[in-house]
Amino acid sequence: MIPEFEKFKGFKAKSMPKEELLAPGHRACQGCGEVLALRMVMKALGKDVIVCNATGCMEIITSPYPHTAWNVPWIHVAFENAAAVASGVESARKVLKRKKKIPKKHVDILAVGGDGATGDIGLQWISGAMERGHDFLYVCLDNEAYMNTGVQRSGCTPYGAMTTTSPPGKKSFGQVTWKKNIPAIMVAHNIPYVATASPAYFLDLMNKVKKAALVKGPAYVHIFSPCPTGWGSAGERSIEFARLAVETKVFPLYEVIEGRYIMSRKIKKAKPVTEYLKGQRRFRHLDEAHIDYIQKRVDAEYEKLLRLSEMT
Amino acid sequence: MSKRVGIEVSIAISEAVGLARAEVIPAYPITPQTHIVEHLSEMVANGQLDAEFVPVESEHAAMSCCCGAAAAGARVFTSSSSQGLSLMSEVLYIPSTMRIPMVMVVANRALSAPISIWNDHQDIMVQRDIGWIQTFAENGQEAVDLTIHAFKVAENRNVSLPMIVNIDGFTLSHVIEPIELPDQEDVDKYLPPFKPRYKLDPRRPITMGPVGIPEVYTEAKMAHDMAIKNSKRYILKAWKEFEEVFGRKYEPIDTYRTEDAEVLLVGMGSICETAMTAVDQMRDNGQKVGLLKIRLWRPFPAQEFRKAVGKTKILAVIDRCLPPGAVCGPVGAELRSMFYKIPGSPKIFSFVAGLGGRDVTVSRFEEMVDKARAFAKKRPRELYQVIGVREK
Repeated sequence: MIPEFEKFKGFKAKSMPKEELLAPGHRACQGCGEVLALRMVMKALGKDVIVCNATGCMEIITSPYPHTAWNVPWIHVAFENAAAVASGVESARKVLKRKKKIPKKHVDILAVGGDGATGDIGLQWISGAMERGHDFLYVCLDNEAYMNTGVQRSGCTPYGAMTTTSPPGKKSFGQVTWKKNIPAIMVAHNIPYVATASPAYFLDLMNKVKKAALVKGPAYVHIFSPCPTGWGSAGERSIEFARLAVETKVFPLYEVIEGRYIMSRKIKKAKPVTEYLKGQRRFRHLDEAHIDYIQKRVDAEYEKLLRLSEMT
Repeated sequence: MSKRVGIEVSIAISEAVGLARAEVIPAYPITPQTHIVEHLSEMVANGQLDAEFVPVESEHAAMSCCCGAAAAGARVFTSSSSQGLSLMSEVLYIPSTMRIPMVMVVANRALSAPISIWNDHQDIMVQRDIGWIQTFAENGQEAVDLTIHAFKVAENRNVSLPMIVNIDGFTLSHVIEPIELPDQEDVDKYLPPFKPRYKLDPRRPITMGPVGIPEVYTEAKMAHDMAIKNSKRYILKAWKEFEEVFGRKYEPIDTYRTEDAEVLLVGMGSICETAMTAVDQMRDNGQKVGLLKIRLWRPFPAQEFRKAVGKTKILAVIDRCLPPGAVCGPVGAELRSMFYKIPGSPKIFSFVAGLGGRDVTVSRFEEMVDKARAFAKKRPRELYQVIGVREK
């Protein structure tokens, strides 16, 4: 086990940190699951943090100059390179501490990006930073498409989903590929901590983020982030959809600690995927055959995960 | 006492970076820059330099890592060339407008296609407008001195801009020259520790790199332009101080035998060494020819350049870059536009030479001077000429 985890007792709803490090008044859409998750991330980390933000929704809604929603040091350089920027911050602090130019106190370094910035355009930069073993955590806020540019498909867009570049038509049913498994790619880097999280299970989310920060070396947390604008879902139902994704096994919650898969929540009686799919405009066009395929594949992927957790 | 040693220029540059006490060095290998970062990694490995050497997975990551490290308050150095510089291009524009100081040595090399590892200036001319301060070194000593000077300028709080020192790939990077390596004590005296005005620090949170809405974007870019123009005085000041400490004098434009010159060659980088030999030969033959060397490329020292031209009526400008379909090479275009409609300004002829490692010999300089004289009498049809093209 990770020694740093021993003293950590976990967050409780009653003793939730009150400080808003990601301040209200930003420009996110109503019901944005991503910004809700990010707020929880920041509460879990506390103020001793440096944030390296990839270009994307979270970057633009929080930093239209001269306004900023950030009560912590924050830097945005470009789209694909947040992990490399974080590598630089971490390296600088290492040498500056050694030279006694800054206090020895530990400061968490958070790199954060969307699914496009993480799994598509930024994959190389993250892979490099993970492989080099920098002491930082990377949080992917996955809303399953390029929402900031107007809902184009990404490698993390789910099978069948309608986006502006995976439109259903006479010869297409929407996204033709299955969602890319970014956490598995991170696990393949042999980093000490990988987890998936959901804003519907906010204490679980915060605990995982805190563990990712506590662990020495690189850590990765993949957070499912409903996007009412991109998904065509009701803003007030974002948390509900986040919960349904877990309850239908569409987005399972787990940790991978030093290579060991641990299910955070075993779904014994899963709800049918239709409960998750309905109410989202992006899936409205899907016929029974496609839904049937999704159900089978979701079950199979979940089984695979269970086997991994039993094996490791 | 500083020591004069026979040393490869790349290794000497690494030693200079060490003397400057660089703290974070993100680096990715590319020919002909590799020896610089190889030697730096050795210096870090054997404890000669207390720094973090970050062996990143690409040049884009190298520059991104530089941004993070310098924003966090460290003295940052990296080096690149050619395709690698092009790969980092997206990021290069960012630290300059964000006013994050760092130093990069670019070992200049041709761009693909066809792939060529050899020297010209196409890689850096593509990056002309990135908003970094840029100097060109003529020889190994200059490469060392300009590297130390670059830290001093970049980190000056009134400047706070990233800076590139250009050295010619192979013709400088891989040659062994007698170079005077400064003393650590003198460098420490010249270059105080880096104290950025703003940095990423939880004790004083700031937001770096926010969105520039239309109401602020123009002002941000204008502020950058003003900053780099304003940097010239600090560049000159840092050279003056350099002279006081190390005894070697540098100016934005160097002149060589320009007195009474009828024709002036204009070049930058290591070809100026051959150009000087050519000028000597032509002077011996009674021709009134001189040479102007552009050491400071950005901000362009227009005033100094005009002064250096003096009353000379013909300029033969050498570009080591061929922008296809353009009116001429970037240096030629710069000078033509600078002198446009200024009364008494010289006639400017643009030549492209020395692409992809093609040698520019003494006779080529003579050819350019002859052509410039002929063109001054009868205007040529082309706006520029490529020199040294093989006919067969």
